[in-house]
Amino acid sequence: MIYAYFLIAIAVVVVAQRLPDKRAKRALFLALGIALLCAPLFDRNDATFNVLADAGIFVLLALGLNIVVGFAGLLDLGYAAFFAIGAYTYAMMASPQFNLHLPFWLLLFLAAAFASAFGIILGAPTLRLRGDYLAIVTLGFGEIVPQIFQNLTKYTGGPNGIGALDFPSFFGRSFGQSTIPYYYVVLALIALALFFAYNLRDSRLGRAWMAIREDELAARHMGINTTAVKLAAFALGASFSGLAGVVFAAKLSLVSPDLFQFQVSVLIVSMLVLGGMGNIPGVVVGALVLVLVNNVVLPQANTIAASAGLHVDFGNYHFFIYGAILVGIMLFRPEGLLPSRQRKEELHHAAA
Amino acid sequence: MLRLERVSKRFGELIAVNELSLSVAAGSISAIIGPNGAGKSTLFNMVSGIYRPSAGEIFFEDARIDVWPTHRIAAAGIARTFQNIRLFSFMAAIDNVLAGEDSHLHARLWDSLLHTPRQRREEKAARERARELLRFVGLEGVAETYARNLPYGSQRRLEIARALASRPKLLLLDEPAAGMNPREKGELADLVAAIRERGITVLLIEHDMGLVMRVSDEITVLDYGERIARGTPAEIRNDPRVIAAYLGTAVA
Ligand SMILES: Nc1ncnc2c1ncn2[C@@H]1O[C@H](COP(=O)(O)OP(=O)(O)O)[C@@H](O)[C@H]1O
Ligand SMILES: [Mg+2]
Repeated sequence: MIYAYFLIAIAVVVVAQRLPDKRAKRALFLALGIALLCAPLFDRNDATFNVLADAGIFVLLALGLNIVVGFAGLLDLGYAAFFAIGAYTYAMMASPQFNLHLPFWLLLFLAAAFASAFGIILGAPTLRLRGDYLAIVTLGFGEIVPQIFQNLTKYTGGPNGIGALDFPSFFGRSFGQSTIPYYYVVLALIALALFFAYNLRDSRLGRAWMAIREDELAARHMGINTTAVKLAAFALGASFSGLAGVVFAAKLSLVSPDLFQFQVSVLIVSMLVLGGMGNIPGVVVGALVLVLVNNVVLPQANTIAASAGLHVDFGNYHFFIYGAILVGIMLFRPEGLLPSRQRKEELHHAAA
Repeated sequence: MLRLERVSKRFGELIAVNELSLSVAAGSISAIIGPNGAGKSTLFNMVSGIYRPSAGEIFFEDARIDVWPTHRIAAAGIARTFQNIRLFSFMAAIDNVLAGEDSHLHARLWDSLLHTPRQRREEKAARERARELLRFVGLEGVAETYARNLPYGSQRRLEIARALASRPKLLLLDEPAAGMNPREKGELADLVAAIRERGITVLLIEHDMGLVMRVSDEITVLDYGERIARGTPAEIRNDPRVIAAYLGTAVA
């Protein structure tokens, strides 16, 4: 059953990308949206919506990182840091930790704001760096942030993290143990993120990002303030991640530093590479495919193996599996499953 | 309008530009000529802010600009093209021009995020201006083509359109005719004249003597980073030092 959700969502996005007519495209997305909204009326399996909410969280992360890497061309290997900042914002302000019990909805805003502030703080020193150097420095930030949360034991609970986070509530009704409310929150946030991502792409700022990605020096000569434009990319990208972090923490009711290790950043970058860097539908598909592999296929493979008397944990091999997928993509379809026109041509020219 | 005072640029041991003074009058078309390696492009790079002069000062409309960041120099009214074309390769021709308009747009972050009415209005007007500029340089038919996929001569013209989009007072053209055939060169000469008609001062580096002689009011000759002559096309053509150092048999 869970496969049906993923496959239908992926199929709709892929088909929509191929439709030349804008209206037909919109109608298709609208239909998918309505179907997803109605799904919990027919399917009461909490576990399904748990997986779907997780998938949605990664879609948000992929959309956010796509702004930084896909649109502005700034390779960020430490993106999970902002996810952590969002999650810890919720954990510290809606838990017994400091006896603060701020509302979930307020914390969504606060976390987005904190994450973008950190996006600027971490982005500022890297402004002069490009390519490999930028990747190394952001990788460093991605390592430092969870380390800080790990070591500030007094405030963050150290390696054990913070537990017993508040259940969010909606007009006085607690989300409780059900995962369905989170699923709805995630859907709403994705709708918002898509709206922002498309608007940004087709705007002054999106054009400036494209220009610095193509040729930063020429962009500066055209009067584009590359400093401001890059910081905007870091800040906006991070804000999506902050939102995702809050939902993630609230749903799990727990945060700990090991949830935000380097692997998470790599996973999100892999989603972009797999789906098609810079293309919004592409990165959504990339996120869905990898979550499907990670959260559905691998656990099932374990069960099947166990019933056959084998004791393997495929979860331990997920990096091997992403690696294989990425190598495959690089060899056979380097522009990703669902690339933008731009990226496709770029790679064609690079190859020619 | 533009004034250089004893400007030098050293790269290690090499002195690319040596105590050069130069002034460009508003409304003129001036050319800089000289053999390869004479320091012409280096001069442009200093005026437009890629390089800081090692010594000397550069003034634009009486403001000292050699200490300004590049994008501020651009916003103040100096635009340029590059000797090795530097278009945004995988952006449509019209988006290249729109990127050139950036410093004249007012859309803030919120406008870009929400597509406010103000953003829509501004974007529409900018697009209209960009189309007009593409028409002006003769590229109206290829607005949606990626810069990369345009023929060479068209790429050079697109670079000029992109530079014009920033509404410069001074336009720097670095070897705009390089790689063009005679017909395209003729069209370029007309284009440069039309740009001046718009009230834009033009400073150009060019190797094609026919073109330079035809369009320029004034020519400066550089050799080994130093100015060896300056004058009208007729004066330059007959200057013995110029003939010796550079023109040789080409013009005689
Ligand atoms: N960034 C640089 N580093 C070192 N040397 C440079 C640099 N830019 C230019 N030069 C040198 O400065 C001299 C002048 O170059 P350039 O201004 O490009 O000449 P022109 O445009 O007149 O042909 C050349 O000898 C060139 O090698
Ligand atoms: Mg040169």
